[in-house]
Amino acid sequence: MSTDKLIVAGKPYGSRLLVGTGKYRDFDETRRAIEASGAEIVTVAIRRTNIGQNAGEPSLLEVLPPSKYTILPNTAGCYTAQDAVRTLRLAREILEGHALVKLEVLGDAQSLYPNMPETLAAAKTLVAEGFQVMAYCNDDPIMAKQLEELGCVAVMPLASLIGSGMGILNPWNLKIIIDRVRVPVLVDAGIGTASDAAIAMELGCDGVLMNTAIAKAKDPVRMARAMKLAVEAGREAFLAGRMAKKPYEASPSSPEGGLIQKSA
Amino acid sequence: MSAPIKVTLNGAPREFPAPLTFTQLLDELALAGRRFAVERNGEIVPRSRFAEARLADGDRIEVVIAVGGG
Repeated sequence: MSTDKLIVAGKPYGSRLLVGTGKYRDFDETRRAIEASGAEIVTVAIRRTNIGQNAGEPSLLEVLPPSKYTILPNTAGCYTAQDAVRTLRLAREILEGHALVKLEVLGDAQSLYPNMPETLAAAKTLVAEGFQVMAYCNDDPIMAKQLEELGCVAVMPLASLIGSGMGILNPWNLKIIIDRVRVPVLVDAGIGTASDAAIAMELGCDGVLMNTAIAKAKDPVRMARAMKLAVEAGREAFLAGRMAKKPYEASPSSPEGGLIQKSA
Repeated sequence: MSAPIKVTLNGAPREFPAPLTFTQLLDELALAGRRFAVERNGEIVPRSRFAEARLADGDRIEVVIAVGGG
């Protein structure tokens, strides 16, 4: 298992679970949940600082130091390629030259569905500027392929709407993407509980990114641990290769011979 | 004594005594020891320029940090 690494932009990671850092009660819960998840890559958002209101308060990057975690700045809340690029340039400045980023360009505030033309445009600019782009996208194999061709280091199709917890609504599309795209495919958005994460990994996804499923569980730390185990179990099951489904063919697991009630 | 500099800082109008460098501005904001980035009129102001670069009247300044997000 130790040799089974997730490779993103040439860098190996032991955990295939990536987690967001939003929606927690406080930084202490954030820290404990993320530790329990075993995640090495954690997403952050870029926002205006509250001028004059945060002196002395801890900051997220003190709770989750870049020396310990790979920080993945996102473009959540951006609706145009221009805003997304601008946000990630600022993120690179905050993180002192850090290149790995999560691109998401949203289409509307109700569905948070990705705007793919803007996502593709932003990806093109970001790749040209030396960013390593992990792109949130719809579960359209053609879009995923185009993101790969533009030079994205990972594609991250949604399982269902961001924050919906509805699980994997179209496993067949995900499977097509997994089969056609060579860069890592991570399910991003829509995971609700551990079985969703396991199913994503059993399909052959390279990883899973989630936030709300952990942060909004009744016990986020416990759910973080559940997700860690689910991702590991799903990955192991994928690598082990599941048995064939045989809908009309039962097969006993115990020997058919040697039954005591059978007369000789 | 020159007129104060009027800037928009994270969306809000602010006035500071002139002349004002980015280092002076950031000292006022008590961001010492934090990771942040600064943008002036849509362009990044690199850390290396904080000491010398001066703010001008009408500048739109953004100071951003990393926060929790998914």
